[in-house]
Amino acid sequence: MHIPDGFLDAKTLVAASVLSAAGLGRALWALRTRMSARKVPLMGLAAAFLFVAQMINFPVVGGTSGHLLGAVLAAVLLGPGEAILVMTVVLVAQAFLFADGGVLALGANVFNMGIAAVLGGYFFYRLVAAAVRTAYGKLVGAAFGAWASTVLASICCTGELAWSGTVAWSVGFPAMTGIHMLLGAGEALITVLVLTAVYRARPYLLSAKDGGAGEPGARPLAGALIYGGLITLGLVLFVLPFASKWPDGLARVAAAVGFDAKAVTGPLVSSPFAGYRVPGIGSLSAATALAGIVGAVLVFTVSFVLAKALHRKSAADAAGPEAGSGT
Amino acid sequence: MRHDYWDRYSRLDSLVHRRPAGLKAAAALAVILITVIPPHPPALLLAAVAAVLLALITASRIPPIFFLKRLLFFEPLILTVAALALFQPGGFPKFLMLIVKSTLSLVTVILLANTTPFYELLRVLRRIHVPSVFVTLLALMYRYIFVLADEMQRMRRARRSRTFGRRRERTWVLLSRIVGQLFLRSTERAERIYAAMSARGWK
Repeated sequence: MHIPDGFLDAKTLVAASVLSAAGLGRALWALRTRMSARKVPLMGLAAAFLFVAQMINFPVVGGTSGHLLGAVLAAVLLGPGEAILVMTVVLVAQAFLFADGGVLALGANVFNMGIAAVLGGYFFYRLVAAAVRTAYGKLVGAAFGAWASTVLASICCTGELAWSGTVAWSVGFPAMTGIHMLLGAGEALITVLVLTAVYRARPYLLSAKDGGAGEPGARPLAGALIYGGLITLGLVLFVLPFASKWPDGLARVAAAVGFDAKAVTGPLVSSPFAGYRVPGIGSLSAATALAGIVGAVLVFTVSFVLAKALHRKSAADAAGPEAGSGT
Repeated sequence: MRHDYWDRYSRLDSLVHRRPAGLKAAAALAVILITVIPPHPPALLLAAVAAVLLALITASRIPPIFFLKRLLFFEPLILTVAALALFQPGGFPKFLMLIVKSTLSLVTVILLANTTPFYELLRVLRRIHVPSVFVTLLALMYRYIFVLADEMQRMRRARRSRTFGRRRERTWVLLSRIVGQLFLRSTERAERIYAAMSARGWK
């Protein structure tokens, strides 16, 4: 999902870089106002850890393999702001050392994998963890969040490519998001397995209120507003103009819902071929969206089953007091 | 153990290696900018960029086969995404343009990474006033990637020497346990590093 240089045009590069810089600025600012000198080495090491963990290949069928992205893993273990910084540091190093992902496209890659993936995934994690207030609620949330983070990052990625006029949305969305709905399942599985392994060795991390060194104090509401605003802005810029071109039902709903969506759409869709569509590919886009919804429900259900099994097993292994039920 | 296969040649000595890091970083950025930003760059410009890069590669004394290997590693990915551009009117010229642009940028970054040690790039970042916490994070990460990669290999070797067989469904669980253990070891190491840094008067 690392976008190389040459695939994005100037306006997309600038927009994504501004959004990423704002998110980074907020994360750095939050770090400065707290008593957080101790956190700097921790985050540096966490970044090195993530860099190494991303290099581990998990075998999938037929000689292919997948690897971890780690946005939600970092967010759950370190907290969302810290995860943004850690992911960004990893992406910067990958761009400069590894030539993985472009240098100019860094802003876009940071937005997709560092900000949208972290915050989107963390949002779902907290949502589920708040609804299911037991230890395994956290595992379910992490699994679903990990899946959502991968899919969300790929959607943003497709939107940026489409806005640049590089890849038509009607082609890119089924291809990119379709693949990442599958890859996301792997991400969810790895995330929840790693978390189980961590919690098995350190049960107190699971019973800690925030699941790790969360974000206590320091105006969480302001952070949530800023981060939420950034994500929304990114989606409005990169995704909404194309998403609202979905044919059939979705298009009608979009038209019914919003004159404002249209107002945004007008000037942004500048492709001279906006009306052109390869036959059959338009409905592929709708099918992908539908598959996404079905997939989300499916992943959510499987997450419950999986987390329950893992949680019961690790609780039995630890043979300690049930963590999490107390808080 | 050596893990520096991606910037292995950054400590060579050549005409290119001896230029100041700031100059090289700025030049690389300029090259990428003029390659990427114009929507339809003239072929002459792209050819000129390619010629300059080739001259620099020759001057840098880095074996060209290394560039080929690195490129072969990334081209499949570039080709896949670029192939998506074929599904639109006028797709083929766009497809070619994408490949040329991204390959040139890729070569530029590989050249920069292999003629400039990472810590020199960090020094440039500090000089242009990137927040110092961020630069510290980058420096710490670069320092410990290799330590942690070693640590992980030791754990995997230890695991292999203790368990026979290769049952598929266990692989993921075992690998995940190694990753989880690596995280815990990283945080514990971070505590020790923090103590050592504090003892030496950091912050």
